[in-house]
Amino acid sequence: MLRILGKKLGATGFTALPAGLALRSYSSSAKQMTIREALKSALDEEMAADQSVFLMGEEVGEYQGAYKISKGLLQKYGPERVVDTPITESGFTGIGVGAAFYGLRPVVEFMTFNFAMQAMDQIINSASKTNYMSSGNISMPIVFRGPNGAAAGVGAQHSQCYAAWYGSCPGLKVLIPYSSEDARGLLKAAIRDPDPVVFLENELLYGEAFPISAEVLDSGFCIPIGKAKIEREGKHVTITAFSKMVGFSLKAAEILAKDGIDAEVINLRSIRPLDRSTINASVRKTNRLVTVEEGFPQHGVGAEICASIVEDSFGYLDAPIERITGADVPLPYAANLERMALPQVEDIIRAAKRACYRSLPMAATA
Amino acid sequence: MAFSATTKIIQPMCINSARSPDKSDTCTKLLSPSSFLGSNNKLFSINKTISPLSRRSATVVAVSSDVVKKKKVESNPASNLLITKEEGLELYEDMILGRAFEDMCAQMYYRGKMFGFVHLYNGQEAVSTGFIKLLGNRDCVVSTYRDHVHALSKGVPARAVMSELFGKTTGCCRGQGGSMHMFSKEHNVLGGFAFIGEGIPVATGAAFTSKYRREALKEDCDDVTLAFFGDGTCNNGQFFECLNMAALWKLPIVFVVENNLWAIGMSHLRATSDPQIWKKGPAFGMPGVHVDGMDVLKVREVAKEAITRARRGEGPTLVECETYRFRGHSLADPDELRDPAEKAHYATRDPITSLKKYVMENSLASEAELTAIEKKIEEVVEEAVEFADKSPVPARSQLLENVFADPRGFGIGPDGKYRCEDPKFTEGTAQL
Repeated sequence: MLRILGKKLGATGFTALPAGLALRSYSSSAKQMTIREALKSALDEEMAADQSVFLMGEEVGEYQGAYKISKGLLQKYGPERVVDTPITESGFTGIGVGAAFYGLRPVVEFMTFNFAMQAMDQIINSASKTNYMSSGNISMPIVFRGPNGAAAGVGAQHSQCYAAWYGSCPGLKVLIPYSSEDARGLLKAAIRDPDPVVFLENELLYGEAFPISAEVLDSGFCIPIGKAKIEREGKHVTITAFSKMVGFSLKAAEILAKDGIDAEVINLRSIRPLDRSTINASVRKTNRLVTVEEGFPQHGVGAEICASIVEDSFGYLDAPIERITGADVPLPYAANLERMALPQVEDIIRAAKRACYRSLPMAATA
Repeated sequence: MAFSATTKIIQPMCINSARSPDKSDTCTKLLSPSSFLGSNNKLFSINKTISPLSRRSATVVAVSSDVVKKKKVESNPASNLLITKEEGLELYEDMILGRAFEDMCAQMYYRGKMFGFVHLYNGQEAVSTGFIKLLGNRDCVVSTYRDHVHALSKGVPARAVMSELFGKTTGCCRGQGGSMHMFSKEHNVLGGFAFIGEGIPVATGAAFTSKYRREALKEDCDDVTLAFFGDGTCNNGQFFECLNMAALWKLPIVFVVENNLWAIGMSHLRATSDPQIWKKGPAFGMPGVHVDGMDVLKVREVAKEAITRARRGEGPTLVECETYRFRGHSLADPDELRDPAEKAHYATRDPITSLKKYVMENSLASEAELTAIEKKIEEVVEEAVEFADKSPVPARSQLLENVFADPRGFGIGPDGKYRCEDPKFTEGTAQL
């Protein structure tokens, strides 16, 4: 009932929620929503609200989405707006960019961001640089979305995390949700944004359900781009993470709490622009920092955060910054090696304890 | 939509003057199409819209039927059969191995011994066996993620492939690659690539090496490379770039398209402006051939011609094999979009049953001999599973190995050892 109401209102573009309305009575029943549902509902509502939004990618139509994100959309909007493409990443990304040049709002889906490497030229050279090169004449309201990072046992060529690569490019906005609220709000914000947005999802999170409040279900719901969220307040150590690692960090924080270490977990949500002020404010409060990411260590997101803290809050640090990243190897296939190559909850706990000077030296724990 | 297939293949003039003298007559050979190329013009006359099933019935019988008739007369004057008994049994054994192995993979996946993405080859065995059994050890094979059977046909032991799939350290890549990344230096299997289209330039490079060895290094090298890929790949830019370069430089490569009509859930006809892939060959100056990929003998005849052409230095060939995969795209694919009637139709054209029928009708072997082969392969596959089960998982230290061939960065000396270990090595101002 609420959703229908939201859709009708949403068609006019903006919904003002009267405070104290019947919505409040729904917020007590904590509704659960999977990431898949969140993304699908966001896509659905944005496509309903704006006729120029269309989805293109491999298997998005008749197959109902390679990961079933776009299930039902072909039936609802037809093949002109949900376009099944041949296996030509470079080509169809270019077509999306061209469509965005001329006023449409494409959502380009990559089956995984690993495959987007075949389209790198279009994403970086065409999409991200055009607004600058044309001095604002041509803007690029395009969204590139798809799963990013490691899944389970899919080998080196299917498992890389591209947050750091895209995060280093001026002209792109890079968003990376964790919970359903993030997924829904950020995707809606991305589709409404007039600039190219790279939207990095995570395959293993698609089926996970998160509790959401009633506001999230409203079709006007959006999350601002460039603001991180403090998932858990704490006072002893700050842990920054994104995507699946937020879940691991929260678990680590629970275990650390039993040892008397109160960790503050920040869900970055946005890699570019990076919310430096939130991270710095948090570090100034706790004086210790652990950055967690799944990607490769060198030139990673953690490296950028370290640099930012050193530049802005050096005097507030009581301990060296700890970086938890994936191992510096292409991801191996064997299950035990894969587990070793990706950060686990124990690694985050160890790093947090090191930052609090509460642990044994590293060599002993190897 | 009427059209005419090209009968004359416009070959580039011989601009490569570095050819050794005994190959100079290839120039004249190229300009006149051989019977192999000439049979293209009898191939198709499509003037109605085609659905997957009716496309098959409208297709004129594969080009190789002309070739087949000629071969019958020439190569086996004593009998009019295509293969000898030994060859028949070899082909049968290879196809049974492919089928039994893939079926075992499915079982093991559902028991949790294998994980990730597993793409099975059931139904397409004729293409792998038909082509790869004609190769020597030094010839290269490059494949896609559907590569278990290509590796097996090329000679990688079943136990090495199975261990790799289980993620054990005795696998052909020590568990680091997985189902989609089968590499073997010993058998010249160059992978195993997860991205479609990625293997084609790699294969073209292997062919380039072969030509380089022959012409720049003046070695006696006539190694041929086979690139296997699917119908979806034929829309990808890398495919076209490599067709161009292979034809331009006359590389010894055969591009084998395993057209099974489906790219996950995307039908080939929905994705391609002109679904007849073989036509893309002549557009780049190489012969394009269409063959019935469910019949191993026809594939073998076409393969013989293409491989011999490449070995003689006449350049690449594009071979489109019409085939079908009996299972879904991968073991995670629910396979809901394919028409059951289409699946049933191709099930009747199972390449293994066809070969068995041929062998028995022509009295090449008895039923008992074929059953003995089936039993033997069953044992091989079961032994492979036992071996993989018992093998150890990779050691922790293996995680950081093999990122580089030369991790310390001071180079590898002529004796194969790290230069920095040589007592006469001077490090200058660098800290060792």
